[in-house]
Amino acid sequence: MIFSEKHELIRKLTRDFAEKELTRDILDEIEETGVYPPELLAKMGKAGFFGVKTPLKYGGQGSDYLSYAIVLEELGRVSAVTDIWVSAPNSLGGGPLMLAGTEEQLEKYLRPVATGEKIMAFALTEPGAGSDAGGTTTTAVKDGDYYVLNGRKTFITTAPVADWSIVYAKTDLAQKGSRGISAFIVDMKLPGVSCGKAEHKMGIIGCPTSDIILEDVRVHKSDLLGEENRGFQNAMKTLDIGRIGVAAMSIGVAQGALDEAIKYAKERKQFGRRIADFQAISFMIADMATKLQAAKELVYRAAQLKEVGDSEAGTAASMAKYYATEICNEIAGKAVQIHGGYGYIKEYRVERIYRDCRVFTIFEGTSQVQQMVIAGNLLK
Amino acid sequence: MKIIVCAKQVPDTNEVKIDPVKGTLIREGVPSILNPDDANALEEALALKEKYPGTTVSVISMGPPQANYMLRECLALGADDAYLLSSRAFGGADTCATSTTIAAGIRKLGGCDIILAGRQAIDGDTAQVGPQTAQRLGFPSVTYVQKIREIKEKSVVVERQLEDGYEVIEVQIPCLLTAVKELNEPRYMSVKSIEDAYKKEITVWGESDVSLAPEDCGLKASPTQVFRSFTPPPKGRGEMLSGTVPEMASALIAKLTEKHAL
Repeated sequence: MIFSEKHELIRKLTRDFAEKELTRDILDEIEETGVYPPELLAKMGKAGFFGVKTPLKYGGQGSDYLSYAIVLEELGRVSAVTDIWVSAPNSLGGGPLMLAGTEEQLEKYLRPVATGEKIMAFALTEPGAGSDAGGTTTTAVKDGDYYVLNGRKTFITTAPVADWSIVYAKTDLAQKGSRGISAFIVDMKLPGVSCGKAEHKMGIIGCPTSDIILEDVRVHKSDLLGEENRGFQNAMKTLDIGRIGVAAMSIGVAQGALDEAIKYAKERKQFGRRIADFQAISFMIADMATKLQAAKELVYRAAQLKEVGDSEAGTAASMAKYYATEICNEIAGKAVQIHGGYGYIKEYRVERIYRDCRVFTIFEGTSQVQQMVIAGNLLK
Repeated sequence: MKIIVCAKQVPDTNEVKIDPVKGTLIREGVPSILNPDDANALEEALALKEKYPGTTVSVISMGPPQANYMLRECLALGADDAYLLSSRAFGGADTCATSTTIAAGIRKLGGCDIILAGRQAIDGDTAQVGPQTAQRLGFPSVTYVQKIREIKEKSVVVERQLEDGYEVIEVQIPCLLTAVKELNEPRYMSVKSIEDAYKKEITVWGESDVSLAPEDCGLKASPTQVFRSFTPPPKGRGEMLSGTVPEMASALIAKLTEKHAL
């Protein structure tokens, strides 16, 4: 794809930022301590990364999906965990609000999320409702001006540090499956809200994930997001945006892995020559680069279709997410292989990349769910 | 306060590679960037704009139409408006002709209080265009500015970088200052400011727009003629002397005498 000058400039901003701010030392410290520096988050907020396509009137940047994809791509090239921090407010946190929020809700919640002052989590998954999100068992029972929420959400990104969370709960128990679910904006400080301990994850260290437990949490009716019993549609539409985001992270992270593999193949000598001079290695690199380019085109296309509201946008997002996350894992695996034993050692970047990207084919709809979506759209 | 920043689009010399056979620079595919010292000049102007409400920052450049991209970046960094002096007649200009053109552009803008320019561009490394522009406008200039200490009613107090220290200079307004990288840390653009930059117009002026005759511009007005450019041959390998210190010293003296260096 040939980019406009404007999108090239967005890429330049993000690349400069990533190269200057996300230094090896800082990233190592995040990995060691598990804490993402608040001052770095503040700088990202200033650069506008938390509200790329959020409307200007709610403190956002007023840009488009392609800019959003480019930002994630360029940051992900250097740091996968940084992408999680950036995608959260743009997509899972801000998305449900932008889709269904009232003027008051947008002003109260979207604005601080888009600027990075506040953190909004997205709580859909439950211990028994993962890919089958319609299996939600968290309940919200109306009691006067309030809804009383009970249940447990699991694997919720940023939950331990979130100010608010979008929580999906069953409001009409008589309705089966994905029907009768509503979305709520829940203040994490409300009585009855607590978090489980932060999970010990394989990768993406530096952005905490935990359960959210809701025990008789009274949420005012003004914090019902969208129409009652129409929450599932809100969640699914949000995940459409999320898929483009995860796909964009994947091409960035894969580019980082390819960069490292090329660098190492040119440096490392065996049998008296550079390993890049062996066809076995050079063809591996040719495959990695070709598949990565194909994935990039899928991601940019998905972003552009989403921008214009094309009817193919949903399928395109699933295709991009499916392919980009799978080849990201393949490229990361090959990058480790090219590094040989060194690729298995934490001092080398590819070791972290390999662990970080493993979750990409899992979260926000597994590869198999994407296959279901793609096939479902083709065969309906 | 009215500030004009002089900026130049230059090849990113960090990305330039040497052709191993010909020994010349490979310019193809080298990205163009805002000259780094000019980025410091712009940053200082933007910082002054924040400090003194009502300040305007205009950026002016001479170059081919592609330089528009660099000016967009300047707008995205926070400049109010941008002007590109671009015409075939400006082609082949040396520093002398370039400063004539830039000065004409600044006159067309109605002058200003402070002109900020980078110390020098990383492609030519002459450091001449700034001071020459000041000369043509009758402005005093201070080069190598590492800090602006104070803006007074009719003067500016600055620190001028020296090799082993600095001078404090008070200079009358209007004036031209050239920036070194120690002056500040340039800010980042933001996604929104990039969006905004593409909603603005960049004014393009040819020679007649700035009241210059074609013979006053470009190659025709350039006293400097480049006959040939070449890359000096790489230095040969050094020779290590061994032995005791007096032995090495006398060997060194013998070698230098042999080469008529002593």
